[in-house]
Amino acid sequence: MAKILVVTSGKGGVGKTTSSAAIGTGLALRGHKTVIVDFDVGLRNLDLIMGCERRVVYDFVNVINGEATLTQALIKDKRLENLYVLAASQTRDKDALTKDGVGKVIDELAQNFEFVICDSPAGIETGAHLAMYFADEAIVVTNPEVSSVRDSDRMLGLLASKSRRAEQGETPIKEHLLLTRYNPERVVKGEMLGVEDVEEILAIRLLGVIPESQAVLKASNQGVPVILDEQSDAGQAYGDAVDRLLGKEVAHRFLDVQKKGLMQRLFGGRE
Amino acid sequence: MNIFDFFRERKPKETPASVAKERLSIIVAHERGQRSQPDYLPALQKELVEVIRKYVNIDQDQVQVALENQGSCSILELNITLPDR
Repeated sequence: MAKILVVTSGKGGVGKTTSSAAIGTGLALRGHKTVIVDFDVGLRNLDLIMGCERRVVYDFVNVINGEATLTQALIKDKRLENLYVLAASQTRDKDALTKDGVGKVIDELAQNFEFVICDSPAGIETGAHLAMYFADEAIVVTNPEVSSVRDSDRMLGLLASKSRRAEQGETPIKEHLLLTRYNPERVVKGEMLGVEDVEEILAIRLLGVIPESQAVLKASNQGVPVILDEQSDAGQAYGDAVDRLLGKEVAHRFLDVQKKGLMQRLFGGRE
Repeated sequence: MNIFDFFRERKPKETPASVAKERLSIIVAHERGQRSQPDYLPALQKELVEVIRKYVNIDQDQVQVALENQGSCSILELNITLPDR
């Protein structure tokens, strides 16, 4: 039985697409057949982060409208055997996604994949609603910053009341907190909310903490999911989060200030 | 600086992060409270104001509607402030 995961946040720019790409790739790396679906109709970007933007022929809306089959629209990743991407459409039609249409596509994907990752758009409009509607589990991406935490709490409310599981009275969506762009140095100085603070306010299970890292921009520039940069702190932190998602007990890393050596102090960090 | 300020400064130092946490805790708790209320309350409030306005001139914020759940029964509380004559 496939697991439908939504990566959501409410607020924009917190790292939903980066996280969807990293987690989807991480699951495929660990041998699970995974598809990542971009729900951001009109503002497609997952293809760029995954590095397959030039191979998009058919998209999600084409499949819903019956203009292409799912097999035609799925883009196979060039690096990994088990990884596929379904791109969002660039249409300006706000009603391109329908509940029935999305439901059918998700059902078909669920028959062929172990994990279906739904990369939600920002906001609480149709795209965001449909991205989370069919989910079994939700990864709530949050920055340690007031507006992001507040929006995440709002999304948690919607997950608990406006999803298929909520409407049909099934067991609720399992919620995970993914804290991104975390800067331990600023937390120590009292300039940034700490991981315990955010956990206390949102009161959901912590899946992982991704440190603010130059590797993320470097990876997106190149169209390589950051988890494939195994030397980087962010890549390793995403790796840990994927292991936890698969039920492994992994200690949290990158929560404390890294002590710099003398040479690093003199010449500055390159990473 | 008065004597009270002297004691206040002994409290744990207020950092930008602690201010953020306090503000967030308050607003999140407030919004969670509203979340459990049914969707029709704002519409109900608006229509009540319209009905009352037929007789007395009041503003939107002079009618407060709240729904409280106590075990198996719910109490709909209406608080209408009439203007001074």
